[in-house]
Amino acid sequence: MEVGRLPISASQRGKLIRAGYTTLSSLSSLSPSDLARGAQTAWDMLHEEQLLRRITTSCADLDNILGGGINCKEVTEIGGVPGIGKTQLGIQLAVNVQIPVDLGGLGGKAVYIDTEGSFMVERALQIAEASVLDMVEYNDLLRKEHRKCQVNLKPNDLLESIYYFRICSYTEQMAVISYLDKFISAHKDVKIVIVDSVTFHFRQDFEDLALRTRLLSGMALKLMNLAKTYNLAVVIFNQVTTKYMEGSFQLALALGDSWSHSCTNRVILYWNGDDRYAFIDKSPSLRSASAPFSVTGKGIRNSASNHKRIKLM
Amino acid sequence: MADKLIKEMGLPKSMANVFAARNITTAQEALALTDFELMLLLDVGMAEVSSALARISEIACPPYQTALALMEQRIQKEGHGGHLPTGLKGLDEALCGGIPFGVLTELVGPAGIGKTQFCMKLSLLASLPTAYGGLNGRVIYIDVESKFSSRRMIEIGVQSFPDIFNMKGMAQEMAGRILVLRPTSLSKFTESLQQIQVALRQQQVKLVVIDSMTAVISGIIFCLGITDKEPQDNTYLVGISLAEFSRIPIVVTNQVRSQTRDEGCQYSFQVRSTEDPVGYDSHLVAALGINWAHSVTIRLVLEAKSGQRFIKLAKSPMSPPLAFPFNITAAGISLLDDYGRELKGAEINKIHSHEKAKEGLPATFLTVRQKPPPTSSYVQRRQTLRPHSGETRHYSDDILWRAHDLRPVPPRSCLHPD
Repeated sequence: MEVGRLPISASQRGKLIRAGYTTLSSLSSLSPSDLARGAQTAWDMLHEEQLLRRITTSCADLDNILGGGINCKEVTEIGGVPGIGKTQLGIQLAVNVQIPVDLGGLGGKAVYIDTEGSFMVERALQIAEASVLDMVEYNDLLRKEHRKCQVNLKPNDLLESIYYFRICSYTEQMAVISYLDKFISAHKDVKIVIVDSVTFHFRQDFEDLALRTRLLSGMALKLMNLAKTYNLAVVIFNQVTTKYMEGSFQLALALGDSWSHSCTNRVILYWNGDDRYAFIDKSPSLRSASAPFSVTGKGIRNSASNHKRIKLM
Repeated sequence: MADKLIKEMGLPKSMANVFAARNITTAQEALALTDFELMLLLDVGMAEVSSALARISEIACPPYQTALALMEQRIQKEGHGGHLPTGLKGLDEALCGGIPFGVLTELVGPAGIGKTQFCMKLSLLASLPTAYGGLNGRVIYIDVESKFSSRRMIEIGVQSFPDIFNMKGMAQEMAGRILVLRPTSLSKFTESLQQIQVALRQQQVKLVVIDSMTAVISGIIFCLGITDKEPQDNTYLVGISLAEFSRIPIVVTNQVRSQTRDEGCQYSFQVRSTEDPVGYDSHLVAALGINWAHSVTIRLVLEAKSGQRFIKLAKSPMSPPLAFPFNITAAGISLLDDYGRELKGAEINKIHSHEKAKEGLPATFLTVRQKPPPTSSYVQRRQTLRPHSGETRHYSDDILWRAHDLRPVPPRSCLHPD
């Protein structure tokens, strides 16, 4: 019997065929460990995870519910209504990934894929300047204890490490995500890929919904591969739509139910009274929790109602 | 980028032929299929398909820039660092220079609040020479509801920039740079967008104003009988892609409607509040729905509260949520306070108006189907927005009314307020 006729998913079928197993008889003599070449034990994975640093969001409460910050090797989806601060968070993360290793950051670069045109360079400069000031302040605190080295970063240097792609159609979006594999192997210091937003070009008048689902799942797979292969964080932004559930209209993230399975973590940004809150909607390792945050002239910071100091890990 | 031809991509000859044989000619068609589907369709091995796709993706992908290079390019090459200064000091500072290029800026507010006035002022500003803070270019004004008044625009020009406009022939030249299109149907509107694309390629146009987008979309609803509250339509996408492609500001006006019970405002995980979320005063929201709200980059809400008009930065990636009180004067719009008041929370998105909009009916239907008679109810609306008695009345309200009536203005000196 042909492998092509087996009731398994297309990607699994593809993998089997690629590995050369085209008939059932060729599979029958294998054991699971042979097939699962490249698997790791859970213990090894735990060790790896503990060594990984996380990318801070500059808001202590938000970092707390995220378990320290945005994690590498995972795809995090962040969604919210217009104006809640998704692009702000994106720019903040693109700057924070560059925090030097000595100060507790990753010292990496960022790829920012802009599909809506909401990346404003002036705002990125503002956030970069505030970040440099924070780093200098933190460094002064550290220096008394440990003699850390100088912070030589300038705001322009921070801007220079953000690679910006401007995408104008869904084809370009598919193309850039496929091209990123080659790009990142040439720029190995990229540690975060931000897609703002993944929904825009897939929402408007897609006649063939089946095509849309296929393209989106292909894209999700590629992003996940990127995260795992190059050990970086992938953050994608999603928009919001209204759904009729439980007898009334409610807000939900766009792109449908099948997309909601594609990401590792899902965070929803929403208004609660006068404050902005973030809610962990779905995560394999983080518990559901909400945390307030605010958007200030310096970027994302703690909510003004909690007077906590800004922690840079 | 999506329409790049595969035969020009430098693929190995055999692969290029196979693609052509299966009728896949552009990057868009190739990237719409997964690797596995392509493998089955083209009947080639996985390795060849992967390398072909990698090549196609690399070519179809737009070039990247570092954010620093982006900033330098915008500051050096574009007028005023990539912004159109509005002449309102507080607003320009909040927007880091003015209306940004390359993205959609939306003006939303109830009828009569001053959206068209603002648009006319912006059109004038874009046509001015660079030395006076303008973009020295042509303006395309798509006037769907026939609200544009050239008489009023000249008046704004004369009052705001008397030294230019009193020069011989300047008024004619400035006004001559503003092209007003009045499409009467959807097909004409699409035609006008195409005209714009042509003009843009000749690099003369520096601003596009669409007044109002709501009328366009509700005109579509009316003509095609679509009952969907939030129509998915491609025409406004064309507007967006115009902006990206050509780096000019695009200003769009939007109207308001009352919020119906059917609209979601909470997520499933939020605790449902027992009190009525609709609120005490007339709860207005911007028309065109949440999809549209995601598509615009800057949203300026104009509203009237307690007799004072405000312009609020409801959505802007680079500004804090500020509200500036403003008035409509002979010179267009002027801010009463350049510092503005920072609003907390979701208050910045709310739209207030003195008149109670009809429950459930989108206000757009009123404008498309039955234009309000330009007599009693219109004057009434003007009067509700006038400051209370005892303060100076702005004579400009009279001029506005007359401009809309398009009756000849009686010979009266424009410089004496009542």
